[in-house]
Amino acid sequence: MPDKKRTVRVPIGPQHPALKEPESFMVDLQGEKISSVALRLGYNHRGIEKGCEERTYMQDLYLVERVCGICSHSHATAFIQAVEEIAGLEIPRRAKYIRTLIAELERVHSHLLWLGVAGHEIGFDTLLMYSWRDRELVMDLFAELTGNRVNYAMNTLGGVRRDIAAEQVPHIQKIVDALEERTKYYIELAMTEETLAQRLSGVGYLSKEDAIRLGAVGPTSRASGADRDTRRDDPYAAYDELDFKVITDDHCDVFGRTVVRLGELMQSYSMIRQILKQMPEGPIAVKAPLKIPAGEAVSRYEAPRGEDVHYVRANGTDRPERVKVRAPTLANTQSVAKMLEDGYLADLPIVVAAIDPCFSCTDRTIAVQGNGDSKTMGWEELVRYGVRWYRDRGVDPSRIKVRGDGLA
Amino acid sequence: MTVGSAVLNILVFPGFLFLVAFGLAGEFVDRKLYARLQNRQGPPWYQPLADFLKLLGKENVIPEDADRPTFRLAPVFALAATVAAIFYIPLGSATSVLPFEGDLIVVLYLLVIPTVAFFLGGWTSRSVFATIGAFRAITQVFAYEIPLFVALLAPALLANTWSISGIAAYYSGHPWLWLVNLLGFGVALVSLLGKLERVPFDTPEAETEIVAGSFTEYSGRRLAFFRLAIDCEAIVGASLVAAVFLPFGFGLPPALGILVYLAKVLLILGILALLRTLFARLRIDQMVHFCWSVVAPIAFLQILINLVVRELI
Repeated sequence: MPDKKRTVRVPIGPQHPALKEPESFMVDLQGEKISSVALRLGYNHRGIEKGCEERTYMQDLYLVERVCGICSHSHATAFIQAVEEIAGLEIPRRAKYIRTLIAELERVHSHLLWLGVAGHEIGFDTLLMYSWRDRELVMDLFAELTGNRVNYAMNTLGGVRRDIAAEQVPHIQKIVDALEERTKYYIELAMTEETLAQRLSGVGYLSKEDAIRLGAVGPTSRASGADRDTRRDDPYAAYDELDFKVITDDHCDVFGRTVVRLGELMQSYSMIRQILKQMPEGPIAVKAPLKIPAGEAVSRYEAPRGEDVHYVRANGTDRPERVKVRAPTLANTQSVAKMLEDGYLADLPIVVAAIDPCFSCTDRTIAVQGNGDSKTMGWEELVRYGVRWYRDRGVDPSRIKVRGDGLA
Repeated sequence: MTVGSAVLNILVFPGFLFLVAFGLAGEFVDRKLYARLQNRQGPPWYQPLADFLKLLGKENVIPEDADRPTFRLAPVFALAATVAAIFYIPLGSATSVLPFEGDLIVVLYLLVIPTVAFFLGGWTSRSVFATIGAFRAITQVFAYEIPLFVALLAPALLANTWSISGIAAYYSGHPWLWLVNLLGFGVALVSLLGKLERVPFDTPEAETEIVAGSFTEYSGRRLAFFRLAIDCEAIVGASLVAAVFLPFGFGLPPALGILVYLAKVLLILGILALLRTLFARLRIDQMVHFCWSVVAPIAFLQILINLVVRELI
């Protein structure tokens, strides 16, 4: 037990420049070393799952796409796959290929974004500026292919909304070539740059056993040598027809996570080329019913951050009875506390960033039912609870005006 | 020296007005170069001045628990010490405004005061981020300050004087001897990066870890003066290094001499901007380790070289 007088408690979050979204790390420090971390999520719950229950499947698709701004296609595809499975819809092969193309382009933009964020977290802003400039190529390509730079809205029930025209193919190839060139440069940089190696090697260690035990997913688990990838293990869309390697690494640290992501970028370029070559002709969507028959399905999807799981239960109407989203970050947060053990405060930002967290996508509320403790709070009661909570901490919110009415 | 020329020296040249103007211009050069090297557009020339004026008009907040006098005075001390140091550094000609035997030590001493002010300001503001930043700043001082002292001691040994003006005059008389001090020049540049808290030595204000370090609780006017002090410190530090290690153009007519001086300082600022583009931020332990195991030995090697050279001539 560390001496209480000698530890300093540092609140990293919910508002902190290192964090792009609200979450809280209460860090106890001894000098520059971390002695313990208390992690807390739940600052940005948006009620998306509940919202889904009150909208039609078609509207839900657009709502689910907004779970995450970066892996929007991942959530939309994971959701739509579950719905299509319940409805027994078999989508055209061309639609599968287009979904896969968008998915891999999304991985490219997400990993390039991550590289920049990682650079920024260790004070290497030049890397941030370079990789985000290159990322613009993919973003513009998205605008060209789907009409949007983010939230591409490419999926529809039974297929995809837009076709890839033959004259767009050379342009995609040109961009992939340019990005491949840049990625090779970044790989060389990561392997040779001294300060980068010093800040990444040995930082945020997560052994293979811990990665599996704590349920890490995606590049976080693959960098610890856990060979798991939904694209290969449980193929969806067109992945079973593509030839690709699952990149793993034995470094088990932030450097390994960088190597895995850079390797995955190279794999994505190769997959995109295969897709463009093999893409079959044909329709891009089948007609889908408005009402989905009763049933339930779980859909797995390898998002850039790891395995994304969606559960949908249908009851025969045009609205789902229940939608459950498990974003990859939730699976990875457990391992963060492990990675931070005995680390330095200076390494906290990069260790947290190395799982490529998306905390707002992760936030869900859970009410534990069945043990008699659960109760429902009305608005009035909730307000009184809030006032009491603040008063106990020496803040008097009764004078704060909300639209002219006092709270208390 | 008459009262009139003293006032002119303190307020206009090379004192307050010149230093502030050059400091803001230097910040612009640094930011613009940094941006261009990163493939960005960069700010317009008046941005540092605009930032300064804007901060002057902003609200001043002092934390409730802060030690008010120290919190208030820290920025003033930082700025005053930097401005005072410029009077002992030769700029356009080989003599400074107030040269005396031993002014090298005084300048080095005055240039530590801003860092001590950062420490006191951060420490007394009672915020956990500011406290950590303050302690990192003071830890870093011990890492870079001694290599800097030793690096500046070496040319002084060769010139056999403790006065910066004397050193400048000596090397002007022996034009090729400055090449002997190249190692020390490198050490001084690295130490300057530490002094100015720039990447890779910007741990005391590492944004992604401890928000703004010592300056976290500072706002408005006081933050503006802290930033101005850092700008001026960059100029004074660069001037010192230029006077000792780049002894060119001291014999020229005054106007031309000033131009050469400006060019030397801008060159040093350019090198500093380039260096901070190239690296990631080191951790404080890595920084201290690097300074003691790489930079300090090189500085001592420089002393050894200069002792040998002194025997030879």
